[in-house]
Amino acid sequence: MNRGHRRPLLRLLRLARPLRARLLLSVLAGAAATGCGVALLAVSGFLLARASEHPGIVAISVAVVAVRGLSAGRGVFRYLERLTSHDVAFRVLADIRTSVYRRAERLAPAGLAAFRSGDLLARLISDVDATQDLYLRGIGPPLAAFLTGGGAVAACLLILAPAGAVLALGLLTAGVAVPALAVAVSRRAAHRTAPLRGDLGATVTDILAGAADLHAFGAQDDALAAVAEADARLTALERRSAAAAGLGGGLTMLVSGVTVCGVLVLGVAAVSGGTLTRVPLAVITLAALASFEVVTVMPAAALQLSAARASARRLGAVLDAPCPVTEPARPRPLPAGPLHVRLRGVRVRYAADAPLALDGFELDLAPGRRVGLVGPAGAGKSTVAAVLLRFCEPAGGSVTLGGADLAGYRADDVRKIIGGCLQDSHIFAGTIRDNLCLARPGATDDELAEAAARARLLPWIRGLPLGWDTPVGARGAAMSGGERQRLVLARALLADPAVLILDEPTAHLDPETRAALTADLLEVTEGRTTLLITHDLDGLDRLDEIVVLEAGRVAERGTHDQLLRAGGRYHRLHAAALPG
Amino acid sequence: MTVPAGRGTGPVRAVRAVDPRLLRHAAAARGYLLCAIALGLAGAALILAQAGLLAGALAGAVRGGGLAAVRASLLLLPAVVAGRAVVTGAGEVVALRAAARVKSQLRRGVTARALRLGPGWLAGQQTGELAALATRGLDGLDAYFARYLPQLVLAAVVPVAVLARVAAADWPSAVVIAVTVPLIPVFAVLVGSQAKARTRRQWRLLATLSGHFLDVVEGLPTLKVFGRAKAQEQVIGKVTGAYRAATMSALRVAFLSALVLELTAAVATALVAVEVGLRLLSGHMMYQTALLVLLLTPEAYVPLRAAAAQFHASTEGTAAAGRVLEILDTPPPGPARPAPAAPGGAGPRAGRPAGVIALHEVTVAYAGGRGPALDRICLTISPGERIVVTGPSGAGKSTLLALLLRFVEPASGTITVGGTGLAALDLDEWRARIAWVPQRPYLFAGSAAENIALGSRAASGEAIRRAARLAGAAEFIEAWPAGYQTALGERATRLSPGQRQKIALARAFLRDAPILLLDEPAAHLDPVSARQIGDAVEAVPAGRTVILITHRQDQAGSADRVIRLDRGRVAPAAQPTGPGDRPLAAVPR
Repeated sequence: MNRGHRRPLLRLLRLARPLRARLLLSVLAGAAATGCGVALLAVSGFLLARASEHPGIVAISVAVVAVRGLSAGRGVFRYLERLTSHDVAFRVLADIRTSVYRRAERLAPAGLAAFRSGDLLARLISDVDATQDLYLRGIGPPLAAFLTGGGAVAACLLILAPAGAVLALGLLTAGVAVPALAVAVSRRAAHRTAPLRGDLGATVTDILAGAADLHAFGAQDDALAAVAEADARLTALERRSAAAAGLGGGLTMLVSGVTVCGVLVLGVAAVSGGTLTRVPLAVITLAALASFEVVTVMPAAALQLSAARASARRLGAVLDAPCPVTEPARPRPLPAGPLHVRLRGVRVRYAADAPLALDGFELDLAPGRRVGLVGPAGAGKSTVAAVLLRFCEPAGGSVTLGGADLAGYRADDVRKIIGGCLQDSHIFAGTIRDNLCLARPGATDDELAEAAARARLLPWIRGLPLGWDTPVGARGAAMSGGERQRLVLARALLADPAVLILDEPTAHLDPETRAALTADLLEVTEGRTTLLITHDLDGLDRLDEIVVLEAGRVAERGTHDQLLRAGGRYHRLHAAALPG
Repeated sequence: MTVPAGRGTGPVRAVRAVDPRLLRHAAAARGYLLCAIALGLAGAALILAQAGLLAGALAGAVRGGGLAAVRASLLLLPAVVAGRAVVTGAGEVVALRAAARVKSQLRRGVTARALRLGPGWLAGQQTGELAALATRGLDGLDAYFARYLPQLVLAAVVPVAVLARVAAADWPSAVVIAVTVPLIPVFAVLVGSQAKARTRRQWRLLATLSGHFLDVVEGLPTLKVFGRAKAQEQVIGKVTGAYRAATMSALRVAFLSALVLELTAAVATALVAVEVGLRLLSGHMMYQTALLVLLLTPEAYVPLRAAAAQFHASTEGTAAAGRVLEILDTPPPGPARPAPAAPGGAGPRAGRPAGVIALHEVTVAYAGGRGPALDRICLTISPGERIVVTGPSGAGKSTLLALLLRFVEPASGTITVGGTGLAALDLDEWRARIAWVPQRPYLFAGSAAENIALGSRAASGEAIRRAARLAGAAEFIEAWPAGYQTALGERATRLSPGQRQKIALARAFLRDAPILLLDEPAAHLDPVSARQIGDAVEAVPAGRTVILITHRQDQAGSADRVIRLDRGRVAPAAQPTGPGDRPLAAVPR
């Protein structure tokens, strides 16, 4: 665990352990491909140098065959390397996806709260996707480059030791030092431009999102001036950073040229000293020249590794996040029959330093009893639902189901009994049928129709050309707010849990639909154990009890009539909502 | 340039090798292209010089005479190497500087165009995605300018230069090069075009898969409620595996093109080496010439292969640029310039009460809508009239306001203001006469004062405070330590919905326009805030034309007329039922 924190990248690499044979194959194929390229030029040099000594054809026939073989080998090995490396990358991607999902499944929703704001969750998903680039560019190619470069250096060392040493130095400089420097420079530049980039992005988002208001109030020019200003600052900085960015390419070219010059000078000196002949001179010079091809992959690899470290750290944060709910070691079997849910003195805190979201909350959901939970936003209404659904662990008090501690059951089992719809119920990018069948896989069309009819959604579905198989778009984008809400409700009714929680089922609806839906809802839930969380006070007189929450504490409780007579908070809320 | 810019087939055309549209929209790209060509020529000359010097040194060293015989070559070689380093480095610096300017031009252009295309067009777009396109998306152009374009120039220049030099030294080798070099682009196109479509489809499927993953993770709480979360784990593994298999089979074909490129370059080098070697053996060739040919031959293929390799790295930026250019080429709605006011016709001026607004048989249909949003509506609105519009969601209430704001244009029918066609009025002048409070007003990242004074930069502090007081916003704004200078923060998340709405109302009041459009200003508010907003609207002095969309019957109280819309049509008979009945003025249609 701890090592995962300190070395996020290593932890990511360990995930590929079952695939190491394939990974090794891709590295070897890559090394063979570049090796063929280097050898092709070196052997060609041998061929020419030897031929210029005018020996018989036999003396060069092996070289002729080798040159032809190497030229074919280069392409074939490259093909093999590409296939195996992509295969490994996709397999690792699948593994990482499943492990991240497995963890996220245990964490959701309370444990994922830190990731839900803004686009953090989307970034997490792209972090998972980014791991394929790590394997395609960040790991295999540099390893292959080391093998090939090492081979070229070894060959030169055998022929002329000082030349081999110069080549080793040159390759390390061009393949390791220069890319590392380039990454450091570009990261420093990115660090300086990041706030300006953020400013510009926020400004552009702001004016596009508020375009209607800008148009209506004739403020387009002011807004565009703000964009131009933010853009000018970023562009000026980018232009100034360009010099540093051009460093990498020029340096690589310089190092490779200087190294070849060095090898050549050493070789020529050895020839004039009589320790070297024309053939090995041609071989080492051409090998040195060709071997710099291997370093061309290194800048991309360095960038990739640098980016992957950040991704790996964020993935690690999810994989190591503490579970918000502990599962019992020996789960209790679900009792049969009608069940009584009882909350006593429940306290909930979302973080150690956060204020209490619920403080001394009490609730009785006897079989068949319907309770309404009202209060302003942020009062803790949805926290009650989270406690009942085992999404969060109370810090104090007791929650019992059928007389036994709720924490003694498996959370999945609890949710077989206690269910319904969440405040931000998700609509999945599929069809209407897909979304409904979540609640009851294999439901018949009649069952779907019944649930949809109760949620007043059936006429709309029947009117669609594709009916049940109409795609709803990402997050239900193809539906109106009211249709989405009714689909969520239909889904909860189809699931038909013993204890039904409805968290703001009529939010985002127009008053007429809201009134009709509330009436239907009260009709449908007659005689069922129901917790109705709402800020809409219409029709609450039909409930057995109303609990008014304020800042996590119960402010008032009683029936509609009792509360109205008491003249307290409920009375004030009610009066403000009444016309006239 | 040798690469033609053809017309793409997909809905989003990526920038071609050198896109004339890019040159047209980004003036900075033009100067850079000339610079890149000059640097490419210099680079090609240096490659020839380096090969010549190397061959000279290698051959001279063994001819006898030792180091002294090749001193000139060995001294010149580092100079050439340094020259190549400078050309490469300078090329990148120039390219990145040009890229920064091109990005800036495109960014400003696309933001301005997107804004000009207006709310109607933006409604069909993801604003977050557009903003990302204008910023991070365009940053991908760095790779296009700094890596791909220079390689492309080299790919056009170097093979020709190498061919000429080799031809001068040894024409049979030149023939081999001349025959094989063109094979590379030909093969690339032949194998690539077919494989590319399949590969692109597979990558798109993978992107879809990643979208599916996001969907599932976002919906985890819902899945858990229904006990479906664990089952998804296997689904994710299985689906990803299936896509991998499909993608790999597509890639197997795609990689063939790379194989052909590699093979062509390597086989040509091998052919030249063997052919030159055999002639060297028979004494028909000089060693130095043979070395020169061997050193130059691979150089003819390097830029072509490098350009092909860089193409992938630059696609992100070019795809973004392609999308940007597409937006830049989208014609803005309506006439580019408003028609001048008809001579003699009294064009209404801002500030003066407008004439009667008349809608005749107006129909509005949204693309992809399930029927017209407004269906042959007829409506006459007299100056100073107070109208309440009610009806169920989807009835076309907001569309009516969008029509008056000219966010949408009618598909058929006419709208006139004081007898003049609405479309003939200057858009800015017309909108200057309207104050609008939308259902979800947008508050910008500036201060409270800046938000209230939107579109009225010259407004005095006193005017802003007065507007805030009328809207009931002064109370809470003045309670903040920084008062009107308080930054509202991104998307004003710190404000309650009621506070946001009151600031929007103050914004509308400050505008002091003859026409006030209110779109359910209290729809998403708690009862207390809703009442306060309602009271502020009631207090709007007479003489203003007010159109208020609401569900709340109590706000119909002071209305001259209540119009009920249903499925895009004016529904018959809806009477204000509030207690404060006022005589119904204008005649309902």
